[in-house]
Amino acid sequence: MDAFEKLKILTDAAKYDVACTSSGVDKKAAPGGIGSAAACGICHSFSADGRCISLLKVLMTNICVYDCKYCVNRRSNDTPRTSFTPRELAELTINFYRRNYIEGLFLSSGVLKNPDYTCEQIIEALRILRGEYRFSGYIHAKAIPGADSMLIAQLGMLADRMSVNIELPSQSSLQLLAPDKSKHSILAPMGYIQNRIQENSRDIVKYRHSPKFVPAGQSTQMIIGATPDTDFQILNLTEGLYRKYKLKRVFFSAYMPVAENSLLPSLDTKPPLLREHRLYQADWLLRFYGFAANELLDQEHQSFNPYVDPKCNWALNHMDFFPVDVNRAPYDHLLRVPGIGVTSAMRIVAARRTTALQFDGLKKLGVVLKRAQYFITCSGKTAEGKKNTQTAMLRSLLSEKTLDLYHSHFSLPAQQLSLFDQPSPLPYHGRLSQNA
Amino acid sequence: MPNQSDLIYRYDGSFDGLLCCVFESYEKKEIPLDILLPDASQSQLFSGKVIPTDLPKASRVLASIPQKMGTSALDFVRHAFLTCLAQKELYILLFLRLGYRYGPSVMNMLTNDVVNTLFKAVKHLNRESHLLKGFLRFSIFNNVLVGEIAPKNYVLPLLVQHFCERYPEERFLIHDKTHGMGLVYQPYHSAVIPIGTLEMPEADEEEQMFRELWRLFYDTIAIQGRYNPECRMSHMPKRYWKYMTEFGSPQKNSPPKLSGFSGKLLSIPVRENLT
Repeated sequence: MDAFEKLKILTDAAKYDVACTSSGVDKKAAPGGIGSAAACGICHSFSADGRCISLLKVLMTNICVYDCKYCVNRRSNDTPRTSFTPRELAELTINFYRRNYIEGLFLSSGVLKNPDYTCEQIIEALRILRGEYRFSGYIHAKAIPGADSMLIAQLGMLADRMSVNIELPSQSSLQLLAPDKSKHSILAPMGYIQNRIQENSRDIVKYRHSPKFVPAGQSTQMIIGATPDTDFQILNLTEGLYRKYKLKRVFFSAYMPVAENSLLPSLDTKPPLLREHRLYQADWLLRFYGFAANELLDQEHQSFNPYVDPKCNWALNHMDFFPVDVNRAPYDHLLRVPGIGVTSAMRIVAARRTTALQFDGLKKLGVVLKRAQYFITCSGKTAEGKKNTQTAMLRSLLSEKTLDLYHSHFSLPAQQLSLFDQPSPLPYHGRLSQNA
Repeated sequence: MPNQSDLIYRYDGSFDGLLCCVFESYEKKEIPLDILLPDASQSQLFSGKVIPTDLPKASRVLASIPQKMGTSALDFVRHAFLTCLAQKELYILLFLRLGYRYGPSVMNMLTNDVVNTLFKAVKHLNRESHLLKGFLRFSIFNNVLVGEIAPKNYVLPLLVQHFCERYPEERFLIHDKTHGMGLVYQPYHSAVIPIGTLEMPEADEEEQMFRELWRLFYDTIAIQGRYNPECRMSHMPKRYWKYMTEFGSPQKNSPPKLSGFSGKLLSIPVRENLT
């Protein structure tokens, strides 16, 4: 099999992994070496599906002893199988890297023979890169669940970021679809990596040059829509992972039907992209906006509102919190206003030191007044020409696409509708959720 | 102090030259209507006042900026000078005048039109240079990395550190076609020099192979069921595609071949300019 065929098979098998970030660590090439990394991360291209390509995302091998129902590489799937040798992979990475095609390598693998053997193969590839090529570019390695902790520790000294995929958001879903994996086999390595990162950060305080263990932290991903887990459960799990395991990122992956199985959604199911989008919006609110999971959803409201984003939804349900005065409100209150993001909130805080802000000034700062006008005042004044009708508000707070969705679903005069009603879940999980 | 309706400054296009315009503006207590290059097209309409570049004057202005309005303002002005903003010279002058008046808080006067316009221009510059750190593609000819870009802003000075830290042992050249400049590097020296046109040699077999492998990877990594061209376009505007390997076809992609330049790209110009 030639290099082209191998690359095609092993890329095809890796593409459902979402994470492709190259962020979290700043470093430059060691003398005699090659490669650097920027904490902000650098995207090198965007594929036709609009996702960032920053790392060479491939599998070491797509041979797998496991039979996870949702996975293209499951044992029972009839598909061509192949493997990279560690050296082939290292050479390909360096050659792509020299041409500035990529920011580094994202290496995952099917389980060949057993988890330890697979892990050793990955370690060998990274050793060639780090040792022989003196490569300092970004490396994201997948911790293979079930591998010996000594091997995980070795891998962690070579990689910038590691991830263990949660895959499915609950133990029962795992049991159903990934019988070879358990909550424990996933959380154990995650906990181990977190402990090592903590230990390591203490060492670095003591010895400045002590080698770094997974300096860019760890991440995980889970599949959305293959199982009946609700948004509320998923978001709570996400919050727990950030708190308990100090993860840098939790990624969500809308389930793409890859297998015919009575336990899975049928093959013609559209991936729940809108749902995935809402989860990412909520994830941002958790990480950068100071929201808690139980503020966004609760026992009675287990799904996100399909028409408005989670922040807007929160605002509409907490109108007593508003209006917020942009010239007085603290930063974390500004962040709660729909139409004000992290950047514009920081600009507001900086700009209002020099002058009292008016509505036209806010526009210059990048505030989306169309949305924000319903929730703010400027030194006590409300926006001029603000229309308080239900229709006007609807138009302002819904995006073009969700507005269409809203009308096609209800096909009623907008006046009779209220955003405060809990929407029916129909268009959210069903066929209309495409093109989010 | 009102703008004088017919006053035009002409400077030599250097940052020092611009600082001398600032000096002149304060010395003569006047604000020009515009600051132009000597060869700018409006030269027939207004004769303009030629401001000679006087280094002692320039360094006085330069030293005063961090003193009066902080180092971040100087950094900001230096960046602003690299942008493609129309009338950037005039905006920089007006910004500095605000800075001398209000001090470091000028950096927070984001709703002021002058400050706002410059901030947006610098943001555009920073975004473009960040994107190009990723979108730039090298081809390897005789073990020399060569890349072409056509940025709107003059981003080369902002790329120097990034690429030098990334490829310390390589020899590389980045050609900015818009501004006719090139960043050349060989261990451990870099220089930004004028390069009018650059002819690329034909890609050898190995280079062709890696280009093909990259295209294969690019096409394979996309998930069909999530096809979303608008999203791709908003993250990666089409004007960048022209110089990216993944959008070239195997035949057409080999760069235009012209005579005279087979593989000795760096040997002559670099040494002369790296003193």
